[in-house]
Amino acid sequence: MQLHDIWFAVIAVLWTGYFFLEGFDFGVGVLTRLLARDRRERRVLINTIGPVWDGNEVWLLTAAGATFAAFPDWYATLFSGFYLPLLVILVCLIVRGVAFEYRVKRTEKSWQDRWEAALFVTSLLPAFLWGVAFGNIVHGVPIGADKDYAGGLADLLGPYALLGGLVTLTLFTFHGAVFTALKTTGGIRPRARRLATVLGLGSSVLTAVFLTWTQLHSGDGRSLVAAAAAVLALLAAVAANAAGREGWAFGLSGVTIAGTVAALFLALFPDVMPSTLDPRWSLTAEGAASSPYTLKIMTWCAAVATPVVMLYQGWTYWVFRKRIGTQHIAENH
Amino acid sequence: MTALAPETLARWQFGVTTVYHFLFVPLTISLASLVAGLETAWVRTGKEKYLRAAKFWGKLFLINIAMGVVTGILQEFQFGMNWSDYSRFVGDVFGAPLAFEALIAFFFESTFIGLWIFGWDKLPKRIHAACMWMVAVGTVLSAYFILAANSWMQHPVGYRMNPSSGRAELTDFVRVLTQNTAVAQFAHTLAAAFLTGGAFMVGIAAYHLMRGRHVAVMRSSLRLGLVTMALAGVLTAVTGDRLGKIMYDQQPMKMAAAEALWETKGPAPFSLFAYGDVGPPKTGHNKVAVEIPGLLSFLAHDNFSEPVPGIKDTEDALREKYGDKFDIADYRPNIPLAYWSFRWMIGFGMSSFALGAAGLYLTRRRLWLSPRLRTSDEEVPRLALTRERELGPALTGWYWRLALLTLAFPLIANSWGWIFTETGRQPWVVYGVLPTAAGVSPSVSQAEVVTSMSVFIALYAVLAVIEVKLLAKYVKAGPPELTDSDLNPPTRIGGHDADDPDRPMAFSY
Ligand code: HDD
Ligand code: HEM
Ligand code: HEM
Repeated sequence: MQLHDIWFAVIAVLWTGYFFLEGFDFGVGVLTRLLARDRRERRVLINTIGPVWDGNEVWLLTAAGATFAAFPDWYATLFSGFYLPLLVILVCLIVRGVAFEYRVKRTEKSWQDRWEAALFVTSLLPAFLWGVAFGNIVHGVPIGADKDYAGGLADLLGPYALLGGLVTLTLFTFHGAVFTALKTTGGIRPRARRLATVLGLGSSVLTAVFLTWTQLHSGDGRSLVAAAAAVLALLAAVAANAAGREGWAFGLSGVTIAGTVAALFLALFPDVMPSTLDPRWSLTAEGAASSPYTLKIMTWCAAVATPVVMLYQGWTYWVFRKRIGTQHIAENH
Repeated sequence: MTALAPETLARWQFGVTTVYHFLFVPLTISLASLVAGLETAWVRTGKEKYLRAAKFWGKLFLINIAMGVVTGILQEFQFGMNWSDYSRFVGDVFGAPLAFEALIAFFFESTFIGLWIFGWDKLPKRIHAACMWMVAVGTVLSAYFILAANSWMQHPVGYRMNPSSGRAELTDFVRVLTQNTAVAQFAHTLAAAFLTGGAFMVGIAAYHLMRGRHVAVMRSSLRLGLVTMALAGVLTAVTGDRLGKIMYDQQPMKMAAAEALWETKGPAPFSLFAYGDVGPPKTGHNKVAVEIPGLLSFLAHDNFSEPVPGIKDTEDALREKYGDKFDIADYRPNIPLAYWSFRWMIGFGMSSFALGAAGLYLTRRRLWLSPRLRTSDEEVPRLALTRERELGPALTGWYWRLALLTLAFPLIANSWGWIFTETGRQPWVVYGVLPTAAGVSPSVSQAEVVTSMSVFIALYAVLAVIEVKLLAKYVKAGPPELTDSDLNPPTRIGGHDADDPDRPMAFSY
């Protein structure tokens, strides 16, 4: 196994980390409309992720930075090619970050209403669009001989990609509902569980169709295993959730996300961005990679830093492990 | 109508969004340490004024950092979006510090800021204060990595050109991180950041002291701010001078442009004011010039007589050096912009420093002060001119007002400093290696860039209004009164939850 293969795997791990963590906080954002009945309950939801959402988002920045360093061509083609959808995602992430921080800074109802609406929309859109983006990466897009994207916006909105969007949206919302059941107490908790069952069943159908399609298009034996694991874990998560085993359900929905990302990356390999115009123009892990020297430095850095990051992020979750209910939310703001 | 060069819009978008990002960065860097220092003072002395100060400045810090974080997210993607050919070309070298920044610095900042915001009733006070120190370390590390990356664009080292791929490849990462440009730029930017934070603190403290409100807290803040300003101001000048010498060595055109020095001169004068014509390459002259003889020679060489090459000679030298490799029509950056941005950086920043140094002297403590003028912790400090004489009430009022009015001066200086370094590097995006025009994304249409730029400008304008209003609101509100739970922080991790499971959170979103 060569360094660029390892880095292909590392990028997959970083995206898994991102979707696992920000996945549930996008989900919680969506649930502020689907689940919460009033502002008090919305605030309970928001506060389950309050201390951690920012750290979760850095997994995305790391995935992007690592792609830049390890696969400059991938970074360049992907972000210039998916320009407008990426613009929407970035605007959402900008508004969303400010919404968390500024919503409580004034007490007027209209102020808080607006930020809450913003939080919902800016959680929903990226949750959908990341799936669209990955659908396009896996199925391929028009890439010319010069490695640049040669299509238009419409080329990014094919049925497979849109299905991918629905998969991430429902999966993240399910993940968020399971997380909510795990982190709250009082009336929200049983409702979150019931909603999770519905979301989980819906998502399992979409995920199964999407992964089968992926498998038929470019799968191999390994991606089949990952896809099967993802779907089975999802069904198991639904069952665990229904049985009230919240910790298990959350762990299993995490496995679903990891399995889905793994299936997609395995189906993609050895390409990083296939070209639909001519397979010779596809970007491959080997062709898009940085020099071995850069990859070696990056490997050292990642090997040392990642465990430390996981340690202190894990510690944060432990510090804030207490379940939250409406009684814990102070009134006056 | 002349068509826009493809890179022009991309440059505007990058410039606008990056300068905007950098409006929040200096305050984040400096306030993180200052707040951590105030909280530590409380932990060690137990004095309530320090805790109130930490909470007050902490809140302003949070309003500011929120904007710094979200505008930074865009930066991480922008290279790929608008500068894809640049990204392909430099990713091997440039990507590594960027990835390190995310992996080492951003995780630090973002995780510990969450612990700090929500941790008042979960963490013992020492650990809570340590969290803010961690945030401060994160901001400084982040600045270091990104400035090392930026310095590589100013002065590429530790790489080779791969002849088959035509890309730059890293050969010596340590060199990239430790080259003199990176060290000097880091020191200068960091010092400028602390000058910014100091002036912010002093301006707001002056606002309250002028009205005689929140005296104990604001007095300590004033003192801390003034000391920060004086130290940081000196360091900014010293490091700036160092950077100037490096810059002269590495990018002679930037130095000549900064001085509107058309012809080589020795001794070379420092220009105070110039006005003239730029014209096509190899022409240009000043119609009006007010100069200090010999000073530029000193800035470049440490003596008052050595010649400094002018714009025209530098142009020739550059054309000689790069002419057969690159098709560049004009080796000059925008000269009036380089000239004025340089002056505005120094002018705005140093006048703020002068105000801070004066304030430090005027509010000095016991030393050389007659007992009559000494003030206690609960009184507004009197501004003492000499041992016996204080400034009259009108002048004192002016000092406070001036401090408030110039609170953003170093911030303005920072923006001009960046505009100067970045535009002064033109026509290169990587100096001597990659012309700016060769860096843009070929697949992104002008319409797309216009769309994104309009969206960002509109969004950023709205957010700016919101953030400034919020800052004003919390500045006016002053430091919070302390509650029982503030005064009885938890003694173990996790807080008092076991005793009272239904206790509301000390802070909730
Ligand atoms: C001298 C320092 C400096 C410079 C030149 C830049 N930044 Fe910055 N950046 C910071 C110093 C900083 C910081 C102090 O670390 C910030 C400000 C607010 C914050 O939370 O961290 C930050 C935040 C920040 C974030 C959000 C991090 C998070 O979520 O916690 C990103 C992704 C970037 N920056 C990326 C960039 C890029 C790609 C730049 C180059 C164009 C850039 N910054 C210029
Ligand atoms: C490491 C950090 C940075 C990198 C990698 C970087 C890189 C770039 C790039 C690629 C461009 C576009 C090409 C060009 O026009 O030169 C640019 C332009 C510019 N940047 Fe930077 N920049 C960085 C930091 C900053 C900061 C912090 C500021 C100010 C706040 C800044 C201000 C500008 C301005 C004003 C321009 C427009 C210059 C022009 O197009 O003439 N830059 N920079
Ligand atoms: C409060 C803000 C700032 C102040 C007061 C300030 C002040 C100064 C001073 C006094 C010098 C020395 C001039 C000389 O001796 O030649 C200098 C040089 C320089 N500064 Fe700044 N600066 C500030 C911010 C910045 C920033 C944010 C940047 C961008 C990175 C920057 C870039 C530079 C450069 C490139 C030089 C060398 C210029 C030359 O001499 O050619 N400055 N600055």
